[in-house]
Amino acid sequence: MDKINTIHEINALIDAGEITYEDVAMKYLDRIEDVEGKVDSFLKIMKEEALEQAKAADAATDEKPHSELFGIPYGLKDNICSEGVETTCASKILKGFIPPYDATVSSKLKAAGAIVLGKTNMDEFAMGSSNENSSVKSTKNPWDLSRVPGGSSGGSAACVAADEVVFSLGSDTGGSIRQPASFCGVVGMKPTYGLVSRYGLVAFASSLDQIGPITKDVTDCAIVLNHIAGHDEKDSTSVRKEKEDYTSYLDTNIKGLKIGIAKEYFAEGLNPDVEKSLQEAIEVYKSLGAEIVEVDLPNSKYALSAYYIISSAEASSNLARYDGIRYGYRAEEYDDLMDLYKKTRSQGFGDEVKRRIMLGTYALSSGYYDAYYKKALQVRTLIKRDFDEAFKNCDVLLSPTCPTTAFKLGEKSDDPLEMYLSDIYTVPVNIAGIPAISVPCGFDSNGLPIGMQLTGEAFGEKHILKAAYAYEQATDHHRKKAKL
Amino acid sequence: MKLTKEDVIYVADLARLEIDENEVDKYVEQLGKILEYEDQLNQIDTTDVLPTAHVLPVKNVLREDVPVPSLDREKALMNAPSQDKGCFKVPKVIE
Repeated sequence: MDKINTIHEINALIDAGEITYEDVAMKYLDRIEDVEGKVDSFLKIMKEEALEQAKAADAATDEKPHSELFGIPYGLKDNICSEGVETTCASKILKGFIPPYDATVSSKLKAAGAIVLGKTNMDEFAMGSSNENSSVKSTKNPWDLSRVPGGSSGGSAACVAADEVVFSLGSDTGGSIRQPASFCGVVGMKPTYGLVSRYGLVAFASSLDQIGPITKDVTDCAIVLNHIAGHDEKDSTSVRKEKEDYTSYLDTNIKGLKIGIAKEYFAEGLNPDVEKSLQEAIEVYKSLGAEIVEVDLPNSKYALSAYYIISSAEASSNLARYDGIRYGYRAEEYDDLMDLYKKTRSQGFGDEVKRRIMLGTYALSSGYYDAYYKKALQVRTLIKRDFDEAFKNCDVLLSPTCPTTAFKLGEKSDDPLEMYLSDIYTVPVNIAGIPAISVPCGFDSNGLPIGMQLTGEAFGEKHILKAAYAYEQATDHHRKKAKL
Repeated sequence: MKLTKEDVIYVADLARLEIDENEVDKYVEQLGKILEYEDQLNQIDTTDVLPTAHVLPVKNVLREDVPVPSLDREKALMNAPSQDKGCFKVPKVIE
């Protein structure tokens, strides 16, 4: 059963008649039984429903050719709606919320026959980099249970790293797929803004949010992306473009591929082990025939500042909907309507969410709008221009995903700004709306995974998938498993 | 720009959040520290730079004006903390 690992490997075993879909579902449910008490990836596990679906999948096997995701168990981040299944964003304010509809990605995966094993833990409303902002519990890093899995899609990354599911979906507003993928030693991709429908994704910062896959290898990433990408009339920011087969770009021949290195991404604060791994990765690329070029991203150092203004401003507006009237938590005692709003929101939101609502409200308030919000949007233009310039000289940019490996639980939870710095290399990508992937590229002296980020131009998923695949085939970091 | 206690109380009211007396100081300190970091934005010359609110060149997205079914009433109300006669129930708004 050890061969049951990736989507493509499972499909090969099913095709050969060696295993059934029920075997696959059972293997993962047993694994959840064994390790979930240590890792805490899930807010909800759907054992009965999953087994039933797996049995139905076995019964249906001979009828028609199935998609590659048919019968494949996966984890769904708890800010993505799934009809009839509680979706809380790990917040008290949404406790008990049952979505009356499916997110577009949920219905697409349902149509493909994939099986949801559970809803994964996250930082409340996707605000955080450690999963410690979940109102329910903290997910642990499968590689070291005293450390964080990263965030905000920490549950989605941990459940893949712990082999509790085959793949998962996360969402990425400033690094929330890539940073936990890096900390947990798995593959995570934030697609180009507009490639994947956000319909049914609980909004955090609408101009930055994007759903993407977390997988065990690059091939699986391309397979899942094939199923979730595409225009959706229910999301007016999703883009109409020709359908691509992302698996067709998985090619080990990268001779002549131009890989850009920006010195701004190898700056002060970068952990020496991370830097060493990245230098080794650059050597791997050289040996594969890629051309390394230097590029400049002079404004990237301002990305984090711009990000926290833009994302908090959008969040303060998006989260105004939680008022205790139409859904979610309502305070038990209140004097009048205004008091109901205030008590409901104050009791329902956690500290980090309130902090960001306050910051965003301040940045949008009269007298401060120009100094903060408008300024941040102008800086966004400059950051985007930097990337446009860089991609005139290279196909992909190579950088660390994070300046460090996974930190200890509690290490940064008292200092919001210190926590924000964990996203310093991932936020520029969201600011510019471009795609990036994090792939495992080694381990630090404590045996913790290190992630390499490959960034492409808008809708340049093919370049980053190709570069990531070639690297993965030349190395074996992605095959190492956390011992639990 | 230094964040004051009055700013915090004013912003909390705009955001419909209730903040305890002893929480005000915590917000002054934490938000103050974040805003201090944000002040580096002022180092950048953005004269004549247009703001980017949205990365895609998407303009108004329109569709044919054809009526389609929306969420039915029962489903729309299923998560309401309080409801009555097919409506959301709220405290008295108009005296």
